Amino acid sequence: MLIRKPADLRYSDVTPKQMYINRRSFLAGSLALGALAGAARAGKLSDVKKSSYDAGGDKLTPLEAITHYNNFYEFGTDKSDPAENAKNFRTSPWTLKVEGEVAKPKTFDLDGLFKIAPLEERIYRHRCTERWSIVVPWIGFPLSALLQQVEPTSKAKYVAFETYYDAKQMPKGRWAGIEFPYVEGLRLDEAMHPLALLAVGLYGDTLPNQDGAPIRLVVPWKYGYKSAKSLVKIRLVEKQPPTTWNLSAPNEYGFYSNVNPKVDHPRWSQAKERRLGELLNRDTLMFNGYPEVASLYAGMDLRKYY
Amino acid sequence: MNKLLGKILGSRWTKVVAFAACLVPFLLLLLPFLKLLTTGNAPELGANPVEYITHKTGDWTIRFLLITLAVTPLRKILNQPRLARYRRMLGLFAFFYVCLHFMTWFILDKSFSLSDMWADVLKRRFITVGMLGLAMLIPLAVTSTAGWVRRLGFVKWQRLHRLIYFIALAGVIHYYWLVKSDVRLPLMYGAILAVLMSYRFFVWKQAAPKRAATRLAVKTPSTASLPD
Repeated sequence: MLIRKPADLRYSDVTPKQMYINRRSFLAGSLALGALAGAARAGKLSDVKKSSYDAGGDKLTPLEAITHYNNFYEFGTDKSDPAENAKNFRTSPWTLKVEGEVAKPKTFDLDGLFKIAPLEERIYRHRCTERWSIVVPWIGFPLSALLQQVEPTSKAKYVAFETYYDAKQMPKGRWAGIEFPYVEGLRLDEAMHPLALLAVGLYGDTLPNQDGAPIRLVVPWKYGYKSAKSLVKIRLVEKQPPTTWNLSAPNEYGFYSNVNPKVDHPRWSQAKERRLGELLNRDTLMFNGYPEVASLYAGMDLRKYY
Repeated sequence: MNKLLGKILGSRWTKVVAFAACLVPFLLLLLPFLKLLTTGNAPELGANPVEYITHKTGDWTIRFLLITLAVTPLRKILNQPRLARYRRMLGLFAFFYVCLHFMTWFILDKSFSLSDMWADVLKRRFITVGMLGLAMLIPLAVTSTAGWVRRLGFVKWQRLHRLIYFIALAGVIHYYWLVKSDVRLPLMYGAILAVLMSYRFFVWKQAAPKRAATRLAVKTPSTASLPD
């Protein structure tokens, strides 16, 4: 296997050694499992460029937490459910369709997903609306790279995302209390922002099933539920598309869902968060500490457009 | 069979074992938590230990409230008067777990800030109703001793302790309002509470003619029926 690591920063610099050992055994397990399930691309990703995105030097969340504390309601609503119930999730074959208001609609197969654009590693903070947060070394490419390839027309104002749903593979989904397939959306200028990422891996490997394999959205300045997992369709549209949590509880979850310590969730304050691995809360930062997106919302009342 | 069960329930050792069993959920949280504080790592508590402890202590509070409320129906249905010996202990364990639940939230989430706590109590309805339940449970815990039954008189004491119906309801509503979308567990607790309350309602209904007769016939203080 070809393993290339960024030269300047190694995982051992930021990850405890014990975690490394666990990671190896996890990887061995997932490889064996991948072989069983016939997954074509489980394992190390090669040719990954290092990027300058390092979450301000925040400590990486251990892989164990990233893979065993998940909200992926199709696989159950307990944080530990997805790790258990997504074990045999089939991500091969896979197709991702990009369509709608575009000049060149495209469909990608599993192999194609990894070749849309050069892969890079980006360390992002990820803040859940439930007041916990993690720091993840994603591997992926800017969403804008994909959108440019399909050439949005002048009618395209929003991007709608649809995720995979199969009641047979995801029997626990019927108890989730939300509608599937899970849908999300961004304004086109948000989607084109350099921070918006399509991730195909994390911690050097392809995405674990419970983290949204084989390809997911990562929008680090918004609450976690905006970062839809296991994408099957990306549609450029003229009108603001419906989003799952907004449909479920419109007074609690808006279309924008920007991380904002000053705008509370009706049932809890968003001023603080618990970084997994830390006992006490820390302050939540505006736009999750990504002030470069502020210009997207110039002149907007973020209390109204929550 | 019934006699044997009565004997077992009456044994001091059974009560000791029951007491120890009620402490197990606490120990399963305390020991990993001490490990977390000393070594910084406790996989038993998952990736978010504070949330885990908060949820578990909350779960056990509702469970102990429902178990406590199940004692009287079971006592009557099984004809096992000795079950009553466990009721106070079970109720006090509900109080014990709700105190842990509250302390976890107040210390680890609110960092001892009374103003933050008040802001939440006033603003978040699931916290309002949860705190209401906790507040109602305090007088019941205080007056749980034999001395307080005597001081208040049994009728007054019993009336006060019917607050547990509302406390359990507050617990279920607190949980229901808290969850994001999957309401199966809170609904299950709600259903159990509904069954336990229906039983009481039917027993009370059936006894109505008798109560009226007693009231009319003798204006003397009624002989205390068994507590329910």
